[in-house]
Amino acid sequence: MTLRDTLRTINDQNLAKIQQATNLKELNEIRVGVLGKKSPITNVLRGMKDLKKEDRPVVGQFANEIRDGLVTAIDNQKAALEQKRLDQKLAHEKLDVTLPGTPVVDGTPHVLMQVMEDLEDVFMGMGFQIVRGYEVEDEHHNFEMLNMPKDHPARDMQDTFYITQDVLMRTHMSPNEARELEEHDFSEGPIKMIGPGKVYRRDTDDATHSHQFFQMEGQVIDKHITMADLKGTLEYAIHSFFGADREIRFRPSYFPFTEPSIEVDISCFNCNGKGCAVCKYTGWIEVLGAGMTHPNVLKAAHVDADVYGGFAFGLGIDRFAMLKYGITDIRQFYQNDIRFLSQFNGEDK
Amino acid sequence: MKVSYQWLQEYLPVKATPAELADNESRTGLEVTDVKVPADGLKKIVVGHVLECVPHPNSDHLHICQVDIGEDEPTQIICGAPNVAAGQYVIVALPSARIAGNVKIKKGKMRGEASNGMLCALQEIGFPESVVPKEFVNGIYVFPNAETPGDSVFPLLGMDDAILDYDITPNRADCMSMRGVAWETGAMYNEVPTFKEPELTEGTTPIADLLTAAVNDEKDAPSYQLRVLQNVDIKPSPLWLQIRLWNAGIRPINNIVDVTNYIMLTYGQPMHAFDYDKLQSDKILVRRAHDGESLTTLDGNDHDLTEEDIVITDGTKPVALAGVMGGLATEITADTKNVVLESALFQPTLVRKTAQRYNLRSEASSRFEKGINTATINEALDAAAALMNQFAGGEVAQGHLSASSIEPLSVGIDISIDRINHVLGTALDVPTVLGIFKQLGFPTHESDGLFSVSIPPRRWDIHIDADLIEEVARIYGYDNLPSTLPTGDMTLGHLTRKQQEIRGTRRYLESAGLTEAISYSLTTAEKAQQFTLTDSALTKLDFPMTQDHAYLRQNLITGLLEDLAYNLARKQNDVAFYEQGRVFLKEDDATIRPDEVEYVAGAFTGLVRQRNWNQTKEAVDFYYAKGVVDGLLKQYHLAAPVRYEAVQKPEMHPGRTAAIYVGDVYVGFVGEVHPETAKAYEVKTTYVFELNLDLVLAQDRQKVVSQPTAKFPAVTRDVALQVAKEVTNEQIMDVITKNGGRFLTSVKLFDVYAGEKIAHGEKSLAYTLTYQNAKATLTEDEVNKAFAKVVDHLESDLDAKIR
Repeated sequence: MTLRDTLRTINDQNLAKIQQATNLKELNEIRVGVLGKKSPITNVLRGMKDLKKEDRPVVGQFANEIRDGLVTAIDNQKAALEQKRLDQKLAHEKLDVTLPGTPVVDGTPHVLMQVMEDLEDVFMGMGFQIVRGYEVEDEHHNFEMLNMPKDHPARDMQDTFYITQDVLMRTHMSPNEARELEEHDFSEGPIKMIGPGKVYRRDTDDATHSHQFFQMEGQVIDKHITMADLKGTLEYAIHSFFGADREIRFRPSYFPFTEPSIEVDISCFNCNGKGCAVCKYTGWIEVLGAGMTHPNVLKAAHVDADVYGGFAFGLGIDRFAMLKYGITDIRQFYQNDIRFLSQFNGEDK
Repeated sequence: MKVSYQWLQEYLPVKATPAELADNESRTGLEVTDVKVPADGLKKIVVGHVLECVPHPNSDHLHICQVDIGEDEPTQIICGAPNVAAGQYVIVALPSARIAGNVKIKKGKMRGEASNGMLCALQEIGFPESVVPKEFVNGIYVFPNAETPGDSVFPLLGMDDAILDYDITPNRADCMSMRGVAWETGAMYNEVPTFKEPELTEGTTPIADLLTAAVNDEKDAPSYQLRVLQNVDIKPSPLWLQIRLWNAGIRPINNIVDVTNYIMLTYGQPMHAFDYDKLQSDKILVRRAHDGESLTTLDGNDHDLTEEDIVITDGTKPVALAGVMGGLATEITADTKNVVLESALFQPTLVRKTAQRYNLRSEASSRFEKGINTATINEALDAAAALMNQFAGGEVAQGHLSASSIEPLSVGIDISIDRINHVLGTALDVPTVLGIFKQLGFPTHESDGLFSVSIPPRRWDIHIDADLIEEVARIYGYDNLPSTLPTGDMTLGHLTRKQQEIRGTRRYLESAGLTEAISYSLTTAEKAQQFTLTDSALTKLDFPMTQDHAYLRQNLITGLLEDLAYNLARKQNDVAFYEQGRVFLKEDDATIRPDEVEYVAGAFTGLVRQRNWNQTKEAVDFYYAKGVVDGLLKQYHLAAPVRYEAVQKPEMHPGRTAAIYVGDVYVGFVGEVHPETAKAYEVKTTYVFELNLDLVLAQDRQKVVSQPTAKFPAVTRDVALQVAKEVTNEQIMDVITKNGGRFLTSVKLFDVYAGEKIAHGEKSLAYTLTYQNAKATLTEDEVNKAFAKVVDHLESDLDAKIR
């Protein structure tokens, strides 16, 4: 047998063994057996000295080819075995992915605060600042400055909790606007503010009345603010909050602190204006009141009504929340039933 | 104000349907909240003529009636009304008729006798009882005149009319009259209403021979006019007049009283009629009531009067509360022969206060409160006298008495086209605006874009240019205004630092598993003063609605405990709430306005983790609540360290409550609610915390400066030590940190043990100490030395046994 034949035989025998190896240990033994110091290939190469000088490179090259072939075969088989082992391990690690995930605690912001923050964000985007004011107010800012002198019939519309004759629980957020008008320095730019907060009325609590609720009012005062600006601002805010597909209707109304005064209706989102129980079959839902700031309000704050003017608006946050989520009893906001509160976990944001 | 569509048509042609009119008016002037046709939903209700009426043989109250309903043969109907009688023209609901309440009438038998329909009371065809004439309240309605049997009753009773319910805003009291509504409708549709005054024929007796009148203070009654009618015949008013009243929601009474109401509806001028013969003298005096005087009003109630009431007196005593309600003693009755008729203007605020004081809000008082048309005080008086004369006969005395009077004046307002466009954001031209003023019926002179507008007295709500701009805007149409956003100097819309931090506080607590609650700020004195952080006087409402909501809260926890109790009562046992809001604090009772301080509080009860397929359940405990607070305080990057100190508070568990300090500033507490308190609130074991958020936010903050991440490895050493039970973690931490050396970067407690394996009265704690040098690798020797020093001090300072 020539050396060549010997090498070929070694190659054939070992290739078969490598491919049949079933684990890494066995493969390693084959590797040591075929490529180690005592391996047949090494023996062959040792026998090269007996060859003719001109045959040596040819046989040497052939031996190296055989060796390289076996090394590659071992590497390939090793990779294949490793892959197989990993596959087995992963198969073993298989989980029921439909089991529930480990819960993470989470609380829910109160639905009224969600509505309030949504509105705050809409108006901040238009350059409005947020002013908080006082829950305990004086009569001067709550009524007098807002063109509601003592004995004004409009005071009857707001039953008031008094602490003394002059100090009371604010009945609306308008005193914020009066205070801002008093304090604002117009050389620093226009007034653009909203005032959201808690207000109080001397009412008996029932499904539609609460002695405590939330309102948001706002005002813009500058040298040239128009009723068209009021319309555009409210349209933007209403579309942001209630959806861009709402139709908006402006109606004349009356508030002591604005002239002209308007009330704003949106097309009913329940029936889309066809008429249903939600809109009392009118197709419209009243959402807020507004108007151009009454000159008497400006004068009461020592603002020159010939130079400055603007608009104001007010809305009920509880009412917005009731409309948006179909809540029918205002007392639910203040009873704090966890089942009620946790419904509003912000999934629609 | 209920407005009759048919009546309105008398003053001007209205082409719009009632529904269209309602919508147009809502968009232009006043909201019309409802449009109702009384006959809607009713059918087969006709006039019947009762030909024969005999008692039912098997009943003590039923009658068998033979009724002509316009057919060849009379029909038999059984009727139980006490007032049914032969000869009457009545309302018949035929078989298969629909009457009020969607009730269907069927043929039937009543105690053996056939009944083919029903004779109806007005209430049965939908009239509210409050407008049914008294004589028909307890029986069927009987037409005053012969009608054609078989005809529908709807047109005969005004039920085919459409009634529009106008929601009158306080400034538009001019529309509390049909004439005002006619002007308003005319302005909207560009039509001029026309009004016919009834013709007054005076008799020969001069009024001065019968009566004198005086007003003490013309400020109380700026206009006071009287007429006298003699020898009237009191009877029901003609049906057309009764229809107008009941469709406006007013009960017809008799021809004199009905005319006063009809004139009020027509002109908006409240009228009053006295029985002349019941006056104690022929001198009428309008003055303030004297203390001690009293009056029984028409409704039969007695009132002790005050000097704030304007009264009409007959020279001796009050006979009416001016503008509010007449007295019972001088009421018009069936026997009245001679009538004194009053048309006046009274001081609005006094009328309003009197009406409020005696709970006597009336159609008259609500008009006087909001103002009346000063131009028609006398016109209304004359029209009333003419109609009374027409309906009740007799004679109108010659002339009228005028104890005070005012000149109705038009108000002049100058306004420019530029001003109008400046406020509205429009580009209206002069002819458009002139057209609007013409529609409104305001005489206007224009020159160079400047309008001089004359406002007639019927629109007493318009005083200033803003009022006039509103008129232009609404007639032009709010829907037609452009829609723009404010221009001018830019403003920045952003949260203030405090607003941001409050929002951040809320977000943190929500992510820590607490749901936000909003409780009532008004509470009881006891609850207001529990769980407080500082001593404060109470702020009390002067006139609370209920004792439960009479004081301003000084803490947030009591509200949360009530919320927890509400949930527990509904089997919601595992609840974590927080509330962020204001408490109201003041130094002493002499201070009136409290400080409004932002607080945040939390309350936990039951499980903070439910049993789960891969987790055990976990109930809230002190350390859980403390952990939430700790995490919250970390949010603020406070400069001073946060410290907890055992504290005693009356409502809190004596051994499980910690006061919270930022540096040396006491900012709140955390702990378990005292079991007695919990019981009183009907809650189970509950942990709470409360922080003065304003105070926390006012503390100095750390400036966060980035440190390079350590390049050299840290080395740790664990130490377990056994100490007396009284030794606190804080004491041990103090010893470790004080003696840790400059490379000690953190100390972490990882085990606490007290129990069988440890001597009684002792406990074991174990800490991991981490050492690191930012500039070099620490050597074993450096660490060992530093660690040994800590161990030495633990042994010497705290008598600790190192394990």
